[in-house]
Amino acid sequence: MQQTNPASTSKDFLLSVEGLTVSFDGFKAVNDLSFYVDENEIRVIIGPNGAGKTTVLDLICGRTKATAGSIRFRDKELTRMREHEIVHAGVGRKFQNPSIYEDLTVFENLELSFPRGRGVFGALAFKRDAEVVSRVEEIAEMIFLKNQLKTEAAILSHGQKQWLEIGMLLIQSPELLMLDEPVAGMSVSERVKTAELLHRIIQDHSVIVIEHDMKFVQDIAHRVTVMHQGKVLSEGSMDHVQHDPKVIEVYLGH
Amino acid sequence: MNTTLYTRREWIALAIVAALILIVFPVTMDVFRLNLVGKYLTYAFVAVGLVLCWGHGGILSLGQGIFFGLGGYCMAMFLKLEASSPENTAIQSTPGIPDFMDWNQVTELPFWWVPFKSFPFAAAAVILVPVVFAYVIGAAMFKRRVGGVYFAIITQAIAAILTILIIGQQGYTGGVNGITDLRTLLGWDIRTDSAKFILYFVNAVLLIAVLVLGQMVRMSKFGRLLIAMRDKEDRVRFSGYSVADFKIFIFCLAAAFSAIGGAMFTLQVGFMSPSFVGIVPSIEMVIFAAVGGRLSLFGAVYGALIVNWAKTSFSETFPELWLFAMGGLFIAVVMAFPNGLAGLYRSHVEPFLAKLTRKSPPSPAPDTAPVEAVKLAAE
Ligand SMILES: Nc1ncnc2c1ncn2[C@@H]1O[C@H](COP(=O)(O)OP(=O)(O)OP(=O)(O)O)[C@@H](O)[C@H]1O
Ligand SMILES: [Mg+2]
Repeated sequence: MQQTNPASTSKDFLLSVEGLTVSFDGFKAVNDLSFYVDENEIRVIIGPNGAGKTTVLDLICGRTKATAGSIRFRDKELTRMREHEIVHAGVGRKFQNPSIYEDLTVFENLELSFPRGRGVFGALAFKRDAEVVSRVEEIAEMIFLKNQLKTEAAILSHGQKQWLEIGMLLIQSPELLMLDEPVAGMSVSERVKTAELLHRIIQDHSVIVIEHDMKFVQDIAHRVTVMHQGKVLSEGSMDHVQHDPKVIEVYLGH
Repeated sequence: MNTTLYTRREWIALAIVAALILIVFPVTMDVFRLNLVGKYLTYAFVAVGLVLCWGHGGILSLGQGIFFGLGGYCMAMFLKLEASSPENTAIQSTPGIPDFMDWNQVTELPFWWVPFKSFPFAAAAVILVPVVFAYVIGAAMFKRRVGGVYFAIITQAIAAILTILIIGQQGYTGGVNGITDLRTLLGWDIRTDSAKFILYFVNAVLLIAVLVLGQMVRMSKFGRLLIAMRDKEDRVRFSGYSVADFKIFIFCLAAAFSAIGGAMFTLQVGFMSPSFVGIVPSIEMVIFAAVGGRLSLFGAVYGALIVNWAKTSFSETFPELWLFAMGGLFIAVVMAFPNGLAGLYRSHVEPFLAKLTRKSPPSPAPDTAPVEAVKLAAE
């Protein structure tokens, strides 16, 4: 598959994924995949179920080890780094199913994600000072949870859990956020608020979003990458990929 | 804010535990019984470690006897060498070495026994040997992401192997009988009633220190991370923490607590043997923590006291039934009262007490919240 991206220009990308391949017992969930993300870009990855979208994020954040290929983030090769080091480098990841600490409060969830005291002894000595409190409150406000700070995360609604997890990423101040289906399971009004939130986020972050909701994609995407069977099927503006016959075939084919 | 170490309710709990073991027991019991309670309390050190490691961190170790035993053996080696002075052992074919070595035709003190002649060395070894061993196990397992049931089984296996090793190397370890006939600590006879009385208090004060230390860990961000790791290990990793390092630390801390318990056991009971190292004692120690409430540091103390008291009374009358009773108790606690005595206390006794003490003010809402004391950390 040829690449439909400007790889030849010597521009510095925030994230360059090249020839990425992962094989699960011979099954190539991601197969020689390449794509590039610019600074302050909001990139949406779409594709049918099982296309390998989540697996790509798993590879970038170190949850799954690549069989071949490279993932460069700024000047760092992520394929050789451990998960928490990738986080320290500035990559945050939201999971497809909200992954938060159910037994802790909203405040504690955000506080644990605050980027200080990340070593064993740092965590023992960590003090909840004014800086932490004000940052937690600031983020809580952004994610519409400022009145729920003392609420146990387990009893939040599904949509609120999604927001909380986004907040947990934001407080890490990552350069690149990766969101796996952030509006899945959300009501219409929650979707609108989430789109609003994303628009605020992209002012100073680069974002990769996986999403199925086309209306939502249209609303936020700068560029769209369509994946199919572990490969890039098409890439470009929403308008471009929507009219790409290959994309139409795949989406109508099931 | 998390600057307060204890809530009011926990201050009261701490005061009750301290009053019980520092005043009530010594006042009401004769030295024999007090010594017995002191022995039970040495297991509480292990249970407190398990509350942190297992209850909070979700790391179930079925091999805490390893660390209790290693701590106990380090102390026993020192005491044994002191009891084996050439004068005391003049009738042996090689005077000056422990009696069991002489019986096993060992004619020279093994090199690794020699440093245990020094008390500072032995005292440091009580903590360091188990902690280093825990570090090695932890690093090997947690860095490879071995956890859950697999980790539990591996710790069991190590406990079993260590027991076999100790029993097999009779000439160097005292074998199945262990290291017995311990007499003095730096010339102070530990077999007398007054020594037992003093050692009881040393043990009690150490236990309270360990409880406070445990609380400090629990109330720190580390404590909240333990809960987070138990529930969503992956998320913790992607919040930028090296999960393995945290697991190794808490496992080592639990080992250190167990080791102090083991050393105090040796001092108070006067011997150490492989029967405190293996599979059965290790499982019993988990039961103490489970019965007390695996999220409650104080519960660990009550769990150790009550189960051991029951064991002593029960096994005097029906020794062969004890193991079944113990198994039944464990299943009952896990199935019906997952938060143990502490959970029952919070859900039944506390609302009742609240009603009694606050009769006049209009209906104070009883604290029906679940036991997770963790939430208090947010206040
Ligand atoms: N750890 C794994 N072991 C084996 N197969 C895997 C593993 N992870 C993913 N797969 C397979 O890889 C393929 C791609 O999965 P992935 O979750 O990346 O799809 P997706 O595009 O995110 O789909 P969805 O839209 O349903 O979330 C699937 O066929 C899946 O079964
Ligand atoms: Mg997916």
